[in-house]
Amino acid sequence: MAIWLRRSRSLAHYLKAEIGFWKVPNQRSFLNPCFFNPENSSSTTLTGENYGNPASFLGNSPTLFGSRRFESIKSGREELDLEYENSGHQNQAMDFPGGRISFTSEMKFISESPRERIPCYRVLDYDGLPIMHSSFVEVSKEEALKMFSSMVTLETMDTILYEAQRQGRISFYLTSIGEEAINIATAAALTPHDVVLPQYREPGVLLWRGFTLQEFSNQCFGNKADYGKGRQMPIHYGSNKHNYFTVSSTIATQIPQAVGAAYSLKMDKKDACVVTYFGDGGTSEGDFHAGLNFAAVMEAPVVYICRNNGWAISTPVSQQFRSDGVVVKGKAYGIQSIRVDGNDALAVYSATRAAREMAITEQKPILIEMLTYRVGHHSTSDDSTKYRPVDEIEHWKTARNPISRFRKWVDKNGWWSDKDESELRVNVRKQLLQAIQVAEKAEKPPISNLFTDVYESLPSNLCEQEELLRESIKRHPQDYPSDVPV
Amino acid sequence: MLGIVRGRVARGGVNASMTVRDALNSALDEEMSADPKVFVMGEEVGEYQGAYKISKGLLEKYGPERVVDTPITEAIDHIINSAAKSNYMSAGQISVPIVFRGPNGAAAGVGAQHSQCYAAWFGACPGLKVLAPYSSEDARGLLKAAIRDPDPVVFLENELLYGESFPVSAEVLDSSFCLPIGKAKIEREGKDVTITAFSKMVGYALKAAEILAKEGISAEVINLRSIRPLDRSSINASVRKTNRLITVEEGFPQHGVGAEICACVVEESFEYLDAPVERIAGADVPMPYAANLEREWPSHRVQHSFVYTNVKVERSKITFLLF
Repeated sequence: MAIWLRRSRSLAHYLKAEIGFWKVPNQRSFLNPCFFNPENSSSTTLTGENYGNPASFLGNSPTLFGSRRFESIKSGREELDLEYENSGHQNQAMDFPGGRISFTSEMKFISESPRERIPCYRVLDYDGLPIMHSSFVEVSKEEALKMFSSMVTLETMDTILYEAQRQGRISFYLTSIGEEAINIATAAALTPHDVVLPQYREPGVLLWRGFTLQEFSNQCFGNKADYGKGRQMPIHYGSNKHNYFTVSSTIATQIPQAVGAAYSLKMDKKDACVVTYFGDGGTSEGDFHAGLNFAAVMEAPVVYICRNNGWAISTPVSQQFRSDGVVVKGKAYGIQSIRVDGNDALAVYSATRAAREMAITEQKPILIEMLTYRVGHHSTSDDSTKYRPVDEIEHWKTARNPISRFRKWVDKNGWWSDKDESELRVNVRKQLLQAIQVAEKAEKPPISNLFTDVYESLPSNLCEQEELLRESIKRHPQDYPSDVPV
Repeated sequence: MLGIVRGRVARGGVNASMTVRDALNSALDEEMSADPKVFVMGEEVGEYQGAYKISKGLLEKYGPERVVDTPITEAIDHIINSAAKSNYMSAGQISVPIVFRGPNGAAAGVGAQHSQCYAAWFGACPGLKVLAPYSSEDARGLLKAAIRDPDPVVFLENELLYGESFPVSAEVLDSSFCLPIGKAKIEREGKDVTITAFSKMVGYALKAAEILAKEGISAEVINLRSIRPLDRSSINASVRKTNRLITVEEGFPQHGVGAEICACVVEESFEYLDAPVERIAGADVPMPYAANLEREWPSHRVQHSFVYTNVKVERSKITFLLF
């Protein structure tokens, strides 16, 4: 607080000096070019030094710089152009807390919306052909095929598990349909050492890193093999060994957490960054503001990826913010940002690679806004046809599909065929159905898991509660599900 | 380490004393020295030496890597929704070994938004540990315990206590000193009535016990030290001895710490109670600013409250004697 007071005291003195000038008419007026006439020297002082002395502005007084230099303003002194009257007011700059600012005599408000929106970086056109002069990071055949088959796997997993919820076999599900390029291509651009803090629509990142279909299914069915010990709703995956933070439903809470995680990487001088994801809705949260601000000030190596898919449940982006999307917000925090076509796997891959590089070598945050479309409903608790036109959904599902767009590029390179495609899809589908069967039949987690991990060691009151619960179950076994081990 | 601590301890030979501020500062210093993974982060903690000077000298000694000044952000959400729950929700994959420390409850004349006691709020969250030191010994021992603890700990200090001096023994001054979390302290033994209190209210409770002693009533004062976990066994053992209980807190009465203590005692020691449990708490209103109104805050008038209760206690005693 003392620093702030020091600054404001300085500012107050500066302002008093200004006001002092304003009060004195004509020749003392700040706006009046005659003001700096050395003949009109004033003897009024504010701090005992020649503070308020207009003559001191001419730089003749040796006390000028001494009195005007405030401890907390690090950016140097005020320089006065001695030929002020000739060069004009426009060339002047002034020190304020936070740095040196030039003046303008034009009262101009910055427009709330640009004439042109920030353009979107893109590599592939809709026919899967690289756009002329586009710069992008080359992807090998092996990498491309892994990316493509992962996108297909993700889509299939989403379709089948969504159906499982519809059939009542799991309680909840949410899909990433339409956002497969973001999921897979960003993951492909990272190393396994980069720490990922997801929102909840990024299971593809975990899939890329090696989480199996069985592991996904186990979590959805909340069985004994679930790494989450059956404690969370479906799709709340998490895996330390894959450097993927456990999903937490609350929106945008991962944003400030990402800064902390990145700061620890910075302290340990690791060759890694943190990547955190959120949707367009998440940018309205207070945590978005606090997180980005902290990241910038603390120079944390975090890559912020915003999946701007146009919808936050039923809230369209036009009702979410009035800025030019999310990319412009980065600048407000002093963060380098880019807008990318989120349905173009190569653009996503290249931008993420570049962002990661910058974040690590320059130790600072980067913001990437990926434009895409949420083809599926928000979740199984939602029916989006209630608030948006069916043909809009259809259009994005087909004509703007990121998987088929990437497929076209892969095809043109001669790396894939229809036969490969159908084999892949049949295979994945079979694996999934098998995984679901196994997951469904598996035992649920034991009752002791209700009480562990609240604290590192089990406290006495929870021991007691567990005992009470077991007694209760013994007394009323009919009120207790038979498939849950005691 | 001991040298630095000694420098802040008032001379007095065997009877050394230390302010709570110095107690907290020395505890932070010693724990940072012992474990290079401990660091301090927050607004004003570095250059400014701490908003209340608790982290004085730490930036100079440990550098900006370990004493980190940050921009401001005020939010309880991450304490109760992230810190408290992450270990459980992630099934042990995300542990949160953090201490959230700072002043709690009222200072003097700081109004409604700077005076609330959050002990009951945080005390209601599974996953958190909640501590409330009173004396310098408490401050040192509990802060060290909190820093060493792998779980998230909310450490509720009191601004008015920062400048208060308490006697400290050589054991307390030692850098290995540590108090167990979840154990209350019997500050004053007694046999007629149990008074539970925490933080600043312990001081008031002790003063009230003095007054009661002059009237022939021997009060046992329990300094809770730990709000979560609550030392149910010490409280119950005391009530089984005295048969009467008064809970004191500066927070709001409804859903307060006293309500929980009352429930604990009623559950475990019902037959031992000779009179209903009395709760002394703040008025159920946001703290007013005006000094005269603030003074009327019931738990700030604990001594008067005790006179009232004193009468009730006596009446109960008389009733008992008649029968």
